[in-house]
Amino acid sequence: MQEVKTEKKEFTPNIVAFCCNWCSYAGADLAGSSRLTYPANVKIIRVPCSCRVNPTFVLKAFQQGADGVILCGCHPGDCHYVTGNYYTRRRMATLFSFLNYMGIEKERTRLEWVSAAEGAKFSAVMNDFVKQITELGENKRLTDLRVKEGE
Amino acid sequence: MQRIGVFICWCGSNIAATVDVERVAEVIKDEPGVVFSANYQYMCSENGQQLIKQAIKEHNLTGIVVGACSPRMHEATFRKAAEAAGLNPYLVEIANIREHCSWIHKDMEEATEKAIILVRTAIAKVKLNAPLMAGESPVVKRALVIGGGIAGIQAALDIADAGFEVDIVEKNATIGGRMAQIDKTFPTLDCSACILTPKMVDCAQHEKIDILSYSEVEDVKGFVGNFSVKIRRKARYVDETKCTGCKICMEKCPSKKGLNTFNMGLNTRPAIYIPFAQAIPNVAVIDPEQCLKLKTGKCGICQKFCGVGAIDYEQKDTFIERQYGAIVVATGFKPIALDNFNEYGYADNKDVITSLELERLMNAAGPTNGVLLRPSDGEHPKVVTFIQCVGSRDTSGCGKPYCSKICCMYTAKHAMLIREKYPDTEVHVFYIDVRTPGKNYDEFYRRAVEQYGVDYIKGMVGKVYNENGKLMVQGSNLIDNEQITIESDLVVLATAIEPEPSVRKVATLLTASIDTNNFLTESHAKLRPVESPTAGVYLAGVCQGPKDIPETVSQASACAAKVIGLLVKDKLKTNPCVATPDENMCNGCSQCANVCAYGAITYVDKEFRLGGGKTEIRRVASVNPAVCQGCGACTVTCPSGAMDLKGFSSKQIMSEVETICKK
Amino acid sequence: MTKEERIENIKRISGTDVRKCMKCGKCSGRCPAFKDMDIKPHQFVTMLGKGKIDELLECKAIWNCLSCMACVERCPRGVAPAAVVEAVRDTVIRMQGKNGIKAEEIPPIVDELIPQQLLVSAYRKYNK
Repeated sequence: MQEVKTEKKEFTPNIVAFCCNWCSYAGADLAGSSRLTYPANVKIIRVPCSCRVNPTFVLKAFQQGADGVILCGCHPGDCHYVTGNYYTRRRMATLFSFLNYMGIEKERTRLEWVSAAEGAKFSAVMNDFVKQITELGENKRLTDLRVKEGE
Repeated sequence: MQRIGVFICWCGSNIAATVDVERVAEVIKDEPGVVFSANYQYMCSENGQQLIKQAIKEHNLTGIVVGACSPRMHEATFRKAAEAAGLNPYLVEIANIREHCSWIHKDMEEATEKAIILVRTAIAKVKLNAPLMAGESPVVKRALVIGGGIAGIQAALDIADAGFEVDIVEKNATIGGRMAQIDKTFPTLDCSACILTPKMVDCAQHEKIDILSYSEVEDVKGFVGNFSVKIRRKARYVDETKCTGCKICMEKCPSKKGLNTFNMGLNTRPAIYIPFAQAIPNVAVIDPEQCLKLKTGKCGICQKFCGVGAIDYEQKDTFIERQYGAIVVATGFKPIALDNFNEYGYADNKDVITSLELERLMNAAGPTNGVLLRPSDGEHPKVVTFIQCVGSRDTSGCGKPYCSKICCMYTAKHAMLIREKYPDTEVHVFYIDVRTPGKNYDEFYRRAVEQYGVDYIKGMVGKVYNENGKLMVQGSNLIDNEQITIESDLVVLATAIEPEPSVRKVATLLTASIDTNNFLTESHAKLRPVESPTAGVYLAGVCQGPKDIPETVSQASACAAKVIGLLVKDKLKTNPCVATPDENMCNGCSQCANVCAYGAITYVDKEFRLGGGKTEIRRVASVNPAVCQGCGACTVTCPSGAMDLKGFSSKQIMSEVETICKK
Repeated sequence: MTKEERIENIKRISGTDVRKCMKCGKCSGRCPAFKDMDIKPHQFVTMLGKGKIDELLECKAIWNCLSCMACVERCPRGVAPAAVVEAVRDTVIRMQGKNGIKAEEIPPIVDELIPQQLLVSAYRKYNK
């Protein structure tokens, strides 16, 4: 696993990760306890199930200036809540297909299945995603202008 | 005004080595709403918890954030500490600065910065936390078992032995199920009735067990710990409390041409009957389709002869309603209909029979008193051919795609028993694969081949036809690469099994999920194999998947253990992080109820004030907190945004997102 | 056409997924022309799966198969051995560059005693 170098002065993306409590959050914990590194730009929000993630949360993140949003849930068929991640899969497929139209590059989002045993996968996915977002550059279009004015 | 306390843990050097904990505590002090900020070596230690408790009391804190390890590790610990200090445990949030920060980053500045953001995010969330109370729901200390076969009997006995009341609802006139029809059991060849009937008697005599035979579940309301079940007691036209089972009615009944369903229709029975000698309850039942009195009004002979006056032609279906804490589904199976398999000539030839029919033909209490005779002419068959996988492993749409699991073993058993009883009989078995995993199972099958000389042919039968009164079985022998025709006297089809069709209704009533083959789905294939995803509903026997008697019994006992574990509790603590609708916004569209995997959402008509003294009645969603598991699927589905999840509300998550994105 | 392409082509023409076969032998158990087939119906499926088409292309069975489709009808897995037979036959005919029977030639050879099935079968066999 190669950590992506993010130079201080250069662009460092800000990434929001939604992780379901039962698989992906535990997978992230495992990445931690296995000391598998990934960039500090990823901040995780814990949700009970990936199906708790409302598409508006994703849009809110972009509006507030996030450069990438990643959603992680249990593998299909393994959902703690039986069918939750199937809903996620459909909802996000729909949302992602609209993103370009809204002015957000589709590549700024990702949906991944990470089980509680896949610490290595979690770290790999995050490294790869950060790399992808770094290449894409800053998310300018949907930043809420009011936020900037306030500063 | 919020008064937030922040506690940053060093976790020895686990956090402190990469995160400048003192700086984090220092920076956080200036966050709006934060009135107390401290750092300590081990927050989870006794002293650390003491620090938290003291701060809560001294600073009158309205919420706390602990920057420490994963909430999966110590959230419960810190919640308990808060509760001990008089703060609602759900006003505690954890910022995971170990697994998600100090352990994955090497640069101290970078890690410290991230830790500050994570703590800020937790503060943003905790500010919107509401005090939550874990609900309690009472547990009715009584279990319902649906189905009185070996699975239901075993589950009921185990539960009752632990001291809880159990009702068995059985749709037939007697308990016993399929096992009562079977002659011998593999791999030990002991007599099925000899091991089953004592258990049936135990059920009848157990003071904690109530057998509701000839009854069906009509309606189910409620939830885990508190089901309310309506049971239809079908009219049997015989007073169960009076009938002594003397069978004089059966002797005298003039209408004797009904097909004996217990014997798979191989012989006849009178219109009033007791299914078999050891039936429990040992009470007669009248078939209204066959009874002359009920059909034409003329007869009444059984009433005349009944010494105790048990016959009641006026009897009607009655309903009873009972409360249960837990429900075990054990509805069992039936062999599939063979309409799609004309090639085996089942419909056209009396001597082509199913394996279950053979069980009755071999059974001492069966239509031939246990002597193997051909149904067509009552002769001893000299050549018997078995065909395996009839309708099993069939993806063409004619049969079932799954392996029925029990057929290989019972076919070996039948073959062996026939060779044992009638050594002059030739026995052939057409097989695709012989599947015998299980203790002493393969040894059993090999015994059929090696000791009893059963002829196993690797191949499949293409057609069975009648030629001059002989059954010609034409099939392939793949090992010798030839096509063979065996002149047989009796052909036995190892027919696939399928769940008893009534399971669909039961599953619907219980909101228990069911797969495309009508098998009930378990909560987790490996770790929760006897629990349905619907809390308080457990699965035993073939209703969950094909299995043999030993497996069924183990599963039934496992169910009983789960039920007992539930019933010993006086009250169930419910997870307070459940969905909750804003009734003012809810438009009653039912979308949330459709996505709920647990059936936790129902609809109620509620009266709302419109102002000016006017009211209106609207249909709004209502979440049962005892059933809701708190996944949040409904919150996103709700088109009007009326549904929210306590503990993970939309506002809280939005606020977390905002804090992370703030630059 | 290389051998691999030919195998793929036969699979494509037959429209049959040979991996679905569970080797039960019901096709060969039912085949009415079994004794005249030098390669048996179930073997067509397994041999195609293993890529042994040289033997298939030279066998007599493709001309002895009645095209009665009993094997297709009886297969519990939705495999069509007769379709494989037909695909192989097709390939042979195409390799020979022939186009056997013509509609206008049929009336003189029609015999009342010939079952209709045979005519249909002949069409399947020779008119490609």
